[in-house]
Amino acid sequence: MKKGFLAKNPSVLIFLLCLAAFTLAVTLLSEAYGVSFLSTSFVKTLGKTLCLCLVALAMDLIWGYCGILSLGHFAFFGLGGYMIGMWLMYARTEEIVVQALAGGPLPPTPEEIVTGIGTQIFGVVGGAEVPLVWFFAHSLTAQLVLVVLVPGLLALVFGWLAFRSRVTGVYLSILTQAMTLALALYLFQNDSGLRGNNGLSGLQNLPGLDEVSQDALSVWFLWASALALGLGYLLCAWVVSGKFGSVIRAIRDDEQRVRFLGYSVENYKLAVFTLTAIIAAIAGALYYPQAGIINPAELAPIASIYLAVWVAIGGRGRLYGAVIGAAFVSLLSSWFTGGRAPDINLGIYVVKWVDWWQVLLGIAFVLVTLLAPKGIGGLFDLYQGRRLPDRKGADLGPDDSSLQEKEAVQ
Amino acid sequence: MRHLFLTFLALLWLALPGVAQTTEPTTPGPVAQILADNTALIERSSRTTIGPVIDALAASGDPAAAMVLDAWANRSLGLREADGTFFLIAESGDSYALRDITGADAGTAPKADITQLRPNAGVRGLIATALVQFQLADPDPAKRRVALESIARDPAPENLAPLRAAIANSPDPAMTRLERLLTLRFDPDPAARVAAIEGFGADLGLDLRGALNPLVATRRLAVAGTGAPESANVAATLTPGNDLPREEAYDILVAAGMAPARLTVADQRASLVANIADGAVGGIPLVQLDDQSARDRAYTALEAAGLAPSAATEDEVTAALAAHSFYDVYAEPDPDVTRAARDALDRIGMTVGAMQAADLGLDALSLASIYFLAAIGLAITFGVMRVINMAHGEFIMLGAYTGYVVQQVIADYTISILIALPLAFAVTFAAGVAMERLVIRHLYKRPLETLLATFGISIALQQIAKNIFGTQARPLTAPGWLDGAWVLNDVVAISYIRIAIFVLAMLFLGVFLFIMKRTRLGLEVRAVTQNPTMAASMGINPDRINMLTFGLGSGIAGVAGVAIGLFAQVTSEIGQAYIVQSFMTVVVGGVGNIWGALAGAAMIGGLQKGIEWLNPSNTLAAQTYMIIFIIIFIQFRPRGIIALKGRAAGD
Repeated sequence: MKKGFLAKNPSVLIFLLCLAAFTLAVTLLSEAYGVSFLSTSFVKTLGKTLCLCLVALAMDLIWGYCGILSLGHFAFFGLGGYMIGMWLMYARTEEIVVQALAGGPLPPTPEEIVTGIGTQIFGVVGGAEVPLVWFFAHSLTAQLVLVVLVPGLLALVFGWLAFRSRVTGVYLSILTQAMTLALALYLFQNDSGLRGNNGLSGLQNLPGLDEVSQDALSVWFLWASALALGLGYLLCAWVVSGKFGSVIRAIRDDEQRVRFLGYSVENYKLAVFTLTAIIAAIAGALYYPQAGIINPAELAPIASIYLAVWVAIGGRGRLYGAVIGAAFVSLLSSWFTGGRAPDINLGIYVVKWVDWWQVLLGIAFVLVTLLAPKGIGGLFDLYQGRRLPDRKGADLGPDDSSLQEKEAVQ
Repeated sequence: MRHLFLTFLALLWLALPGVAQTTEPTTPGPVAQILADNTALIERSSRTTIGPVIDALAASGDPAAAMVLDAWANRSLGLREADGTFFLIAESGDSYALRDITGADAGTAPKADITQLRPNAGVRGLIATALVQFQLADPDPAKRRVALESIARDPAPENLAPLRAAIANSPDPAMTRLERLLTLRFDPDPAARVAAIEGFGADLGLDLRGALNPLVATRRLAVAGTGAPESANVAATLTPGNDLPREEAYDILVAAGMAPARLTVADQRASLVANIADGAVGGIPLVQLDDQSARDRAYTALEAAGLAPSAATEDEVTAALAAHSFYDVYAEPDPDVTRAARDALDRIGMTVGAMQAADLGLDALSLASIYFLAAIGLAITFGVMRVINMAHGEFIMLGAYTGYVVQQVIADYTISILIALPLAFAVTFAAGVAMERLVIRHLYKRPLETLLATFGISIALQQIAKNIFGTQARPLTAPGWLDGAWVLNDVVAISYIRIAIFVLAMLFLGVFLFIMKRTRLGLEVRAVTQNPTMAASMGINPDRINMLTFGLGSGIAGVAGVAIGLFAQVTSEIGQAYIVQSFMTVVVGGVGNIWGALAGAAMIGGLQKGIEWLNPSNTLAAQTYMIIFIIIFIQFRPRGIIALKGRAAGD
């Protein structure tokens, strides 16, 4: 008898159960539906963390499984946020403008409403016209489609160009970083039509849901984020478990050999690149309504590198590793930088974690890369007692997993 | 009290008999005579009446005239009430030190005795104009230059005559040029003006363009009918809807009072609001007024009822535009002059265009040398060793901060820069070697992980720098001899710092080539990068060579940091600004080849400046388009401009 998908991948079931338990626990401890143990802002932080876990999942799929170190996935994440943010801001401003104009002696014409919205939104960048990129901003459905479509198309075009010309390895990383930088610089301009470096703000208020308190909204978003993470995990697990997964792992280990075996490496890579970009964009679309504000600095190349850091610390090449890494590092980071970590008094110098957390993170990152390439996920191997046969050489890490250092071709 | 004061005065008078005697001029010069003749006018001077007096003084030929006029304008001319004599006065305590109008010392007098003359601004202006001829003839060149500058700043027709007189006395190129510039603007004879304009040829001076531009300034003019306006110097005939937008043409008519204003949405709304009656306007209920066509209908109803002013409809606008003709008219009435000025400006425009291209080329060259400087270290660590060093930017930062610290210790900027350059090399060389030994050595087989590990070092170094030096920018001051710019003409100029950076970049290129091609170390480096195993069997220690190569690349980054710090703000993020561009420079140019890095830097620098030139207001957009161009460029030459061939190309 053929075993089912979940039976073959027990870790998926465990993960989903953990996620469900976590969501239930947070709901019961929240201010809106529970005993008010967790503050609303902390529930939001947890919801945002779930979104970061989802984008880390995408990063793990493209890097840990397919071997492409993309330094551009946070750009897709931000683009998704911008797409949903446009609707949130437009619809919210429309409500305000209609309300303000309703007090006047004449009922407003559609043109007057659009002009009012334009002045409200684009006054900060010295404009009053609603730019063409906001053409669909009035419609939630259209913007939700754009959340998937815009980053997906960008990834498709960029990936097609890059993979077609056989740009691989570190060159591809630099190229994706350049793409991220170009996108961030473009959004930083005032005439990009997306409010320049002001970004989009006030996203935490859902249009039409004024009577729902932020307490309840934060829990709703937590549910949505958990649902998205669960579905994303299932999707990723399904993608990597089948034949497709074997091929992309083979591409990671030895691209040339897969090509000689007759597989169209470029198409596989392109498919994974686009899929992960879409997952990242969906994560972003859930993240930024909880954050309340998005600006081009969020898309800076460094954010994408941090994404790689989370996945590396969590453990590449295993899906739960990415989730653990993102949750662990981002929560720890907000704990340290939030000023809640106690200072250490060394007598001559007081170590303030707000100042020194980055240093600690940097050093930790070097140490993880050097000493524990498997990251936190490697601990599960120890627990399970899974050992690789001793092949008298250092492990090359998840990128070249089939070879040991001594065996690697020069 | 008053009595006592008078006694005191008398005593003073008696006490200074000798001085009083010498103040009497033996023979009054013409200036003294003119002053004496016009005492009343001068004392109560006003712009309308004083003219002849000033002219007479200026024309007197008396050498004292300039001094007197100057003193008068500066409120240091005084009149002694007692005998009506003028003195040059200088305040000292509560009395005045006196000099007579020939400049000879004339003792002192209490303030009460002397009336200080306070000419108003109008009179001072007249005096200044009269003074020009004296200043222009002044034997001191500095004073002549000041006078010329003041005329150039505020040219006026009346400066022309003194200028010509001064040139007749002592020819001077600057003076002649100014005279020509004034001639082409103010000379009453059009032929002389045309000759002056043509005499300049294709001169590039900003002053010439400043003088010519007002001559060709135009204004829009609307005339009823089709005939061209009489006695106007027409520059162009405009057709509404063709070379003049209809809205703009109609606005001209409205502004000239030749047509009624068009109805704006706001005006219409105001009229409608003003005429709301019983929940309706013009018979149309308010609730229906939420679209524009309903509002138009309501307004038409109001117009018909005479409740709102009639506004121009589209047909009326068309008719009004057809009934008028539109012209661009020169402010300058003489067509010969405007034609000559237009021709001259066209000629200049061509030359200026060529010069701007040259200037753009220089800008691009200097940007390219900055990128090259930032990338040359990477060309070694990434290009030769294939190690992705994300901390390269932080090595640049380390170099810049080294320069800053050295300047804190050594005050002399020249010496401190000379010390900072080798010190920055030493510091970053050490940092690079330490990093290679501790981290990178273990990751040679895992290039992607080198990227991550060096990124960890990068954020740690950045934060440490932030903790030590704070977030605010630190100054790294260039020595005085690097201040200023090398100015070729009014268009082409390049600052000395940029020249120095270009020289430094070329120097580095030379040093790099020398080390790689002419030294033992270079030979060994090339051997190890081509085939480490074979190199090792030839007796080369690859570990040592890798360490030294990495140190060399890092050290050069440090020196580049000092150079970059001279013109950029030294902050902990200085390296971040260059890291992506540096990598792109190396990738675009071609990995593993210093000439490639040079070509890459030239291409990226030239491209960025070129795109900026197309859209000068937006440097961010220029960078965006440049990166997009590079991504596309990589499609066609994936291995860069100068690609390695054969086995050296590796994979």
